[in-house]
Amino acid sequence: MADVNRGNRPLSPHLQIYRPQLNSITSILTRITGNALIVGSLLVTWWLVAAAAGPDAFAVANGVITSWFGDLVMVLSLWALWYHLLAGLRHLYWDTGRGFSLDQVSVLGWGVIGGSVVLTILTVLIV
Amino acid sequence: MSEMSHSTYLTDRKRAEGLGSAKRGTQHYWSMIQSSVGLLILVPLFVFTFGSVLGAPYEEVLAYYSRPVPAIIAALTLTVGWLHFKNGAQTMLEDYARGMSLKIALIALTCISYAALAAGLFALVRLAL
Repeated sequence: MADVNRGNRPLSPHLQIYRPQLNSITSILTRITGNALIVGSLLVTWWLVAAAAGPDAFAVANGVITSWFGDLVMVLSLWALWYHLLAGLRHLYWDTGRGFSLDQVSVLGWGVIGGSVVLTILTVLIV
Repeated sequence: MSEMSHSTYLTDRKRAEGLGSAKRGTQHYWSMIQSSVGLLILVPLFVFTFGSVLGAPYEEVLAYYSRPVPAIIAALTLTVGWLHFKNGAQTMLEDYARGMSLKIALIALTCISYAALAAGLFALVRLAL
């Protein structure tokens, strides 16, 4: 009985058949930003280790992190950090069983995208 | 039918066991919830303390991280952050890799996360003392 029609069943459609939606894009961006933050985290950790190691090591790490390329990586990491934080906040809210109507999902999605950009600009201006 | 006879002795449960991506229950999920709430508080504090001293000269950085508040914020953020990264990246690897490559990737992830965490904490202690 357990082997009836094994391996000969229709498969449900996978990702490539769906049009991208706000929901799917903000979801995969949560995973991408979270995992990409390894770059910024390693840079910050290196900068701290270099500061502890002495002025020469610090000059190298600080030079890399404050170069134009370092600035670019740090600003992108900052956006990734704010995005991931807001998306995580959305997950915590969803976990309480709220915010699942289409209207609310749309507001939350655009809120995460817009909020992350606004927070990034504010942080760059303040810091 | 004789080819099938071997497999028919296996029950559905026996065949399915161990094939899912989840190897545990809710403990991993709960640890992510706990660390995410912690980071909700720590990340803004770290962004503005670290951000204020990034780009400053060496002596100023030393003096800044000798102070308790910025040092403790950085130590907590590094600790909770790297553990949150380890557990979160584990979920991604479990989704996209399997078998031996999954195991190797998980071991590498664990090594990188704890090594970065230990190096960061050592640096902070050395800066503070």
